[in-house]
Amino acid sequence: MEEQRLIFKHIDAPGYTHDIDCYLKHGGYEQLKKAVTMKPEDICAEVTASGVRGRGGAGFPAGVKWKFLDRKSGKPIYLICNADESEPGTFKDRQIIHKDPHQLIEGMLCSAFAIQAQLAFIYIRGEFFEGYRILEEAIEEARAKNLLGDNILGSGYSCDIIVHRGAGAYICGEETGLIESLEGNRANPRIKPPYFPAALGLYQCPTIVNNVETLCDVKHIIEMGGEAFSKIGTPGNTGTRIWCVSGHVQKPGYYEFPCAALTLGELIHDVCGGLQPGRKLKAVIPGGSSSKILRADERFKGKLKDGTEFDWGIEDIPMDFDSLAAVGSMSGSGGVIIMDDSTDMVEALANINYFYAHESCGQCTPCREGVPWMRKVTARMCAGEAREEDADLLNDIADQIAGRTICAFGEAAAWPVQSFIAKFKDEFVEKAKAQASRRKEGKPAATETTLI
Amino acid sequence: MELKPETLEKIDRLVPRYPVKRSAALPLCHLVQEDLGYLSDEAIEWIAERLELEPINIAEIVTFYPMLRREPTGEYHVRVCRTLPCALGGAYQTCRRLEEALNVKVGHTSEDGKVTLEFVECHADCGKAPVVMVGETEYTEVGLEAADSMAEKIKNGTL
Ligand SMILES: Cc1cc2nc3c(=O)[nH]c(=O)nc-3n(C[C@H](O)[C@H](O)[C@H](O)COP(=O)(O)O)c2cc1C
Ligand code: SF4
Ligand code: FES
Repeated sequence: MEEQRLIFKHIDAPGYTHDIDCYLKHGGYEQLKKAVTMKPEDICAEVTASGVRGRGGAGFPAGVKWKFLDRKSGKPIYLICNADESEPGTFKDRQIIHKDPHQLIEGMLCSAFAIQAQLAFIYIRGEFFEGYRILEEAIEEARAKNLLGDNILGSGYSCDIIVHRGAGAYICGEETGLIESLEGNRANPRIKPPYFPAALGLYQCPTIVNNVETLCDVKHIIEMGGEAFSKIGTPGNTGTRIWCVSGHVQKPGYYEFPCAALTLGELIHDVCGGLQPGRKLKAVIPGGSSSKILRADERFKGKLKDGTEFDWGIEDIPMDFDSLAAVGSMSGSGGVIIMDDSTDMVEALANINYFYAHESCGQCTPCREGVPWMRKVTARMCAGEAREEDADLLNDIADQIAGRTICAFGEAAAWPVQSFIAKFKDEFVEKAKAQASRRKEGKPAATETTLI
Repeated sequence: MELKPETLEKIDRLVPRYPVKRSAALPLCHLVQEDLGYLSDEAIEWIAERLELEPINIAEIVTFYPMLRREPTGEYHVRVCRTLPCALGGAYQTCRRLEEALNVKVGHTSEDGKVTLEFVECHADCGKAPVVMVGETEYTEVGLEAADSMAEKIKNGTL
């Protein structure tokens, strides 16, 4: 299957470099030139008409978010690009930052103009040392050509961009944690309401936070018009998505397709070259490590939003927002993690729990205490002390976290546990039984682990 | 404590760009750490004073963000990504190989101060697992053989 690239059109193209001359040669900044002659509210209307949904995880329509912006407060308005890219399994924003930074800058400036922000930030994860340098350089290149800074292209509109580096904390990806971090504090997320960024964001001013890919989409929406953009994909699932495929496939990588243009099976087999020879598909985590796991031999039945009934095997699931939500998971950040039949599910969950236990900010008791507890249980199970009742215990703890915390990290940490137990409980119980019988035979109960 | 003139220059350029000074706290921590290798008490106090804050305001972020360090690392700072996609690609085996070849346990610095070996979480390059960072340079698809040659180069100082 051929990719249909929009955002990644130039990425990895022979001879394409990340400097401004190359970008301009390929039609760069034409949309910014157009944008600054438009009425800001007309750009917002195009973005709404495009139906573009956020690419950072939650899939919230960008146009609707922009409408929530408090424009009457009299306070400055800020735009923040979320370039924290830290949901395990996600690696698309990195490509844009490294290989086509001006696309992001142009998308940001168009968006900033639309919401009338005069200062924008790129919050980039601290580990992107090179990405940081590339962005800083790109911003100075754009400034030198009056595409950024004071009185952009003589339009009377001014906007600067500050690149702000994070320092290794996953919770900075959560937008209110990000804002706290940008204010110079610990990244403790804020409670919503009242702290919806569009009303009370950075410095208590109205703020729009969007993902890197979402902001790039805005450039293309201006280019082709919201209406034309909305025709890519299916209604409610518009535009393209960059699927980041990792794990047990022959050709892992990033692949861009219109929403719903292919099924999960096509992505695995036709695009990613299938599994290693002799291996069978066991499970897929379709939208970053916090999305709920899908089991390869499940049947997914139900009704879509528009009322059509579906009855799918895992490989029939269309790759788009609504279909993945309909099967009980989500497209999230586009990180598709493939696991074949060599994968030990208890170890895989232990690995995921380790991550979330490490990353809880510690504000809410259920999250601060519960997530490390889940990690301890799965670590103990892998170390030879599994108990048959552990699966229920894990599920119990997870149920007491989800829905009881300040931010959605609680769900992000609970969903893997809940879904692994719902789908693979047999393996958790089996692990305890196998360890007990090895112990009886006088052998060490634990076996060598590979994922933890 | 003495900061390089370039660092001071960067700091002076950066601070006034923010609408609120305190926002420069994390960037200053990065700049000072890059200059000195870690953030000592003295460094924390210096940053606080530069931003008209109390030392505790800086100390609380230094203790929150994993990349900020209270102690220097070894000459080589090796970070192995261990999150699920990299683990599925063999990251734990890679790390074990590095531990053996470099004679240091993960989470520690070798006795001669040459290498600090750490696990880190997803570096957003999971399509090329396993991912290992040495200093600010990223290495991808670091399987067992690549780990051996990486360790060799670290030992003879050519990496
Ligand atoms: C725990 C947690 C981590 C998140 N990490 C990221 C991230 O790394 N990058 C990102 O763009 N959004 C992340 N998000 C989503 C943001 O909170 C926010 O919804 C998003 O940046 C909005 O942009 P969008 O509407 O363009 O997707 C995270 C959310 C949560 C709850
Ligand atoms: S849910 Fe967890 S990460 Fe989110 S605010 Fe509460 S303690 Fe912090
Ligand atoms: S899991 Fe290692 S780079 Fe993502």
